[in-house]
Amino acid sequence: MSARTQYSGRWLGVYVVAYLIFLYLPVLLIPLFSFNNSIQAAFPLQGFTLQWYATLFGNSALTGALLNSLVIGVIAATGATLCGITVSYMDLYGRSPLAATISAIARLPILIPGVIVGISLLILINLIGLGPSRIAIVLGHILVALPTTVVIMRSRFAAIPKTVREAALDLGASDWMTFRRVMLPLSLPAIVSAFMLAFLISFDEFIVVFFLAGTEPTLPLYIWSQLRFPKSLPTVMALGTSILAVSFVIAAAAEILRHRGLSATAPKSADPSQPKQTKRGELQWHST
Amino acid sequence: MSTLVATSAPEARSSQGFRFAMLLPGALVTFLLILFALGLVLFLAFRGNDGSLLGAGFTVANFVTVVSDPLYWTVTLRSLIIAALVTLATVVTAYPVAYYLAFHAGRRRGLLLFLVTLPFWTSYLLRVFAWKIVLAYNGVLNSALIESGIWSEPTLAFLNTPTAVVVTLAHAYAPFAILPIYVALDTIPKSLIEAASDLGARPFTSFRRVVLPNSMPGVLAAALVVFVPTVGDYVTPALVGGPASTMIGTLIQAQFGKANDWPFGAALSVAVMLVILCVVLVARFADRRFGSRT
Repeated sequence: MSARTQYSGRWLGVYVVAYLIFLYLPVLLIPLFSFNNSIQAAFPLQGFTLQWYATLFGNSALTGALLNSLVIGVIAATGATLCGITVSYMDLYGRSPLAATISAIARLPILIPGVIVGISLLILINLIGLGPSRIAIVLGHILVALPTTVVIMRSRFAAIPKTVREAALDLGASDWMTFRRVMLPLSLPAIVSAFMLAFLISFDEFIVVFFLAGTEPTLPLYIWSQLRFPKSLPTVMALGTSILAVSFVIAAAAEILRHRGLSATAPKSADPSQPKQTKRGELQWHST
Repeated sequence: MSTLVATSAPEARSSQGFRFAMLLPGALVTFLLILFALGLVLFLAFRGNDGSLLGAGFTVANFVTVVSDPLYWTVTLRSLIIAALVTLATVVTAYPVAYYLAFHAGRRRGLLLFLVTLPFWTSYLLRVFAWKIVLAYNGVLNSALIESGIWSEPTLAFLNTPTAVVVTLAHAYAPFAILPIYVALDTIPKSLIEAASDLGARPFTSFRRVVLPNSMPGVLAAALVVFVPTVGDYVTPALVGGPASTMIGTLIQAQFGKANDWPFGAALSVAVMLVILCVVLVARFADRRFGSRT
């Protein structure tokens, strides 16, 4: 039996490696051809060059889009993290049907295609007189990142033993004091992680921003506008490589932070009254 | 206990203030940006297009067009088939990976989980763009096939086909499917599987009768998180699909762009949400029917 499991495990291992290659290979072609001395992304490779990266500098449209994406990303991530913290905290400890409803609706955007989120916000921002603008993009990205920040913060708050919060309240700390001095510091790694991932979501988001951008495009919109011109293909690949590198670093840091923080205060024994919690704190998108 | 009851009035007030402050950001975002905005779409769907923001008059003409024009049936059906194929492909290919992670990964589990979630956080546009350069006429796949002597002529057959859309979407949403299945598999008590084998079940039987039914909630959740974004996608059809793979998202986007008929675009959106609602209800039903837990 055990030998048999070992055997099937080995074949599964081979499959997993093949799957990972499928997952990464197409994406890694972008960096590969960004260093290729040819205007086309095709074999055979024509030799190493950095000239496509050089075209990135001194491009004012690109710099503007980058700055725009950074500013929008930071503001939207701040908003989404703030909402994620408050929504999940009240969901777990607020003991009110309103808080539970808000938390449920906050995770709803997963069940709405991006194009519909985009057009619904487009109608809304026109109605309130804002029009397509940077503020509109920020609102859209708070919405897109919200399910992620809520899920991360919720699993984090749930992992803090209930007794910690109760002890603070019993010792006379007010709700606000307990939240600020006990619960927030204990969940700091998750807060930073949620912020970073929300920033990445905003920084890379295209489907919703397409409807909400005014005259100042974000980086993905800039890339989209360049895709029409075959001549700018290598520049797009150089830019794409830079974005992928930044995304990998931020996502890696966020994931490490989230897991490290979780293992530090994970409750020792399972508490049946707590929400279902997986060993490594994997994100539970759906409570089926 | 009596001291708690006797808390002074200011403290109770600060508690009220705390609750209000903590509920406010979430309430604003969920009620205004989600519920009210979706309500606007529903409202607009029943209006006539007169060029103004909220349209004019009450009408069901938009829905009559959606239902009576065969174009929309064709495109909706195509979107459903593409999304269903993508969902099937991602879930079936992800299941063994999730299974390996849950039962065989051992000490490599952390690293593997990290590797499969990393693409989740990279640009969707760039992942689709990667497939454009792979499938193009003078692209990676064609040139590699010619270079290796398998083919002599580049072919147009890769890009601008519905197959290209399915492959690209399946790749772009692959990381979405693994985690829910893994979580479901990981929470199956090991004693259950041991009991099956103690009672004489062969590994395949115990997989079919114990593991698979118990992981169905995860499979259904995975199917849902892949199906919903793919059925409304407009980026992938635009980049790698060509005119033969226009999807319903493309049509919605066009109504709010070139076609400039917002009420009709809103009606199409409502139709898509109704289709998704049906799928969710079917998934819920299937979950209750086949999910042996809960």
